[in-house]
Amino acid sequence: MSRRMFSRLLLCLSLLTGITAAQDGTVLRFCLRAEPKTFDPLKVDDDSSLTIRYLTGGVLVRANRQTQALEPELAESWKISKDARQITFKLRHGVRFSDGSPFSAEDVAYTVTRLMDPELHSSTGDAFRSGNGTVTTKILAPDQIAVAFSAPVVGLDRLFDQVAILSAHSAKKEATVLGPFMVAEYKPGANILLKRNPNYWKRDAQGRPLPYLDSIRLDIQPNRDVEVLRFRRGELDLINSIDTEYYDRLAASQPAVVHDAGASLDSEFLWFNQVANAPIPAYKRSWFRSASFRRAVSGAINRDDLSRVVFNGHAQPAFGPVSPANKFWFNSRLHSELYKPEAALQRLQGDGFRLQDGTLRDKDGNAVEFSIVTNAGNKYRERMAVLIQEDLSKIGIKMNVVTLDFPSLIERIAQKFNYEAAILGFQNVDLDPNGQMNIWLSSAENHAWNPQQQTPATAWEGEIDRLMREQASATDAKKRKAAFDRVQEIVVEQAPFIYLINKDALSAISPSVAGASPVILHPQTYWNAERLTIHSTTQASR
Amino acid sequence: MRSARTLACVILLVVCVLSLAANWIAPAGYAKQFREAPGAPPSTQHWLGTDELGRDRFARVLYGTRISLLLAPAAALVSTLLAAALGGLAGYVGGIWLRLATGFTDLFLSLPWLFLLITVRALLPLNASPFVSVLITFLILGLLGWAASARVLATGAHTLRSSDFVLQARASGVRGFRLFAVHVLPNLKPILYAQFWISIPVFILSEANLGILGLGVAEPLPSWGGLLRELEGMISFRDEPWRLVPLILLIVVMTSFQTLLSNETEEVAA
Repeated sequence: MSRRMFSRLLLCLSLLTGITAAQDGTVLRFCLRAEPKTFDPLKVDDDSSLTIRYLTGGVLVRANRQTQALEPELAESWKISKDARQITFKLRHGVRFSDGSPFSAEDVAYTVTRLMDPELHSSTGDAFRSGNGTVTTKILAPDQIAVAFSAPVVGLDRLFDQVAILSAHSAKKEATVLGPFMVAEYKPGANILLKRNPNYWKRDAQGRPLPYLDSIRLDIQPNRDVEVLRFRRGELDLINSIDTEYYDRLAASQPAVVHDAGASLDSEFLWFNQVANAPIPAYKRSWFRSASFRRAVSGAINRDDLSRVVFNGHAQPAFGPVSPANKFWFNSRLHSELYKPEAALQRLQGDGFRLQDGTLRDKDGNAVEFSIVTNAGNKYRERMAVLIQEDLSKIGIKMNVVTLDFPSLIERIAQKFNYEAAILGFQNVDLDPNGQMNIWLSSAENHAWNPQQQTPATAWEGEIDRLMREQASATDAKKRKAAFDRVQEIVVEQAPFIYLINKDALSAISPSVAGASPVILHPQTYWNAERLTIHSTTQASR
Repeated sequence: MRSARTLACVILLVVCVLSLAANWIAPAGYAKQFREAPGAPPSTQHWLGTDELGRDRFARVLYGTRISLLLAPAAALVSTLLAAALGGLAGYVGGIWLRLATGFTDLFLSLPWLFLLITVRALLPLNASPFVSVLITFLILGLLGWAASARVLATGAHTLRSSDFVLQARASGVRGFRLFAVHVLPNLKPILYAQFWISIPVFILSEANLGILGLGVAEPLPSWGGLLRELEGMISFRDEPWRLVPLILLIVVMTSFQTLLSNETEEVAA
């Protein structure tokens, strides 16, 4: 083969594939919705900082966002003691920080010690705190370290997915990283430029160094309209999380760029105020404390319509506290509440309510009317409230929709308890039920319907307390699952939260990005950033 | 100028009549949800299509117009009366009272209006029906919107206080409230009318602002602010131009008001 023919063949190949590994000058561009509050990976508490930590931080173990299984990263293997108080890591050899210094057990010890320092006030560290004692590290060998806790920590290995290892010796602690990218430039209010870490340890199946991209530019853009416009103009390569309306508009003009990964972990729900000293009439409190009343309201809500009308089909009717997207912890024996207004009315009649001239009245003749609050500006919640208003009117319940600015709403539902019902949602990022302890324990602040109880107000709340503690102290996954399955069943039976829908994980990715495979877990689109590439033809035209 | 004023009058009249006749023109009603057809384009059944929840947009525009056009003048009346009572009397009495009233008015004008509205609205009882909530919203607008008018009226009354005919009336033995009611107040009428007319579009826009923030009239009642929220996030108007109707209507009504007002102001100046 002549030299000329060979070069032509190479050209054809590159045009056909359009991509090359480890491309020079390839930039992935997307937006952060706010300025990152910190570049210290141990102090991360906001979405923007979380993104930077994910892209720059090297972790010992990583939860695969696609399979939800734990995979080894900087640790080749690990072992948890039977009492779940100690974890021993065997570290990977030949790994270097971005500044070229070697990675060793000393760095892990330094990171864990700093993470657990109470002075740091690290929310990542809080997840490890199960007892009052201190955390100790013991370097068993340069590539082996044991971390011991004073009390059992459930799901210990998974927690290390959030811990980016820092260098014990480098002077520029936060800038010296083990992840695929490193912060190269930060222009406050404008953008952050991440450059490829030249010493990143990982290689692809063909032995080529990762990441493929040369850099990632994160533009700080709080306005979603502008973000979508820039995406349409080709100035951005992806939108990690996109609203239903924007999704549909993009789908109409560029169907290839939008991705619906299915139901996410996020849920929307409503609840009634059951606080004993709340400033609401006693007869209303007795309705709200009746499981029959709550179940009847739940049964009278057409969740299919909520999904279809409000979210244009990009949401799934909710089954209970855990989204079916959470493969391990979801209780598959549960079923979504069926829309049966007649059965709901019968349930209410069994509780002494009666329908009179189109108005539902309780046994004392009080017309059933309540207000529901939600945060102003969240059009999806407002629309859900209006649909529910119409659904409940079919069984004679009058519901007034009140939208409040967020600070006023929080004051009413968390401090003064001056409300009757509310619609809000949870953004779940943690698969493990331990992340929900602050919701289900009756003493918890986020036990929204009746928070911070001295002793459980009802038998079923006592039962949930017991089961949640049981799953938190058990080390056997099956026992934990059985306990949390029962919690889910009780929540569906008692309906303290009436779950409405689980929103789909929607994103938009330019066709110029190769290797993207959106998932439901954060970060949906760039979870495999090290393996993303930009088509060389597109890159050349930029 | 006269023809422009006539055209503005006709437009406002037609809009008012149409909104008052909403029950007959748009029998679907503003709240009925046609859930099988959310976001539908215009059709014979829904002349302006349906909104995101399947409600007839034409009906919502008419009912929303009725609410805005009926209640904004009511709020304007409340604020003008308050302004007349406070500004007019202070200007007439003069001295320390005028300085106190002017200081109080200036303080009120320096308050961040929108935040004040949001705060006051958040303090209201939750269990008000949508109709009561709309009355409360406009009442708040009226109660909080008197300050600018009061300042103008105070200056007007103070000027009248030293006019020849008031001096003559005083010399004839007319004193106190009778002097204010018989000689000063009637001469403040042109300013009062002008302030009343100026306040109407201001309150319509204020409600629209609150509505855009989701803090306006409670669902399912429509209002112009709520209707304008539909435009939020629209990337292209070419695909669904009918969604612009509430915005166009607002602009047309506001322009008509401004045309009438400019004429009114000229009369006052003359």
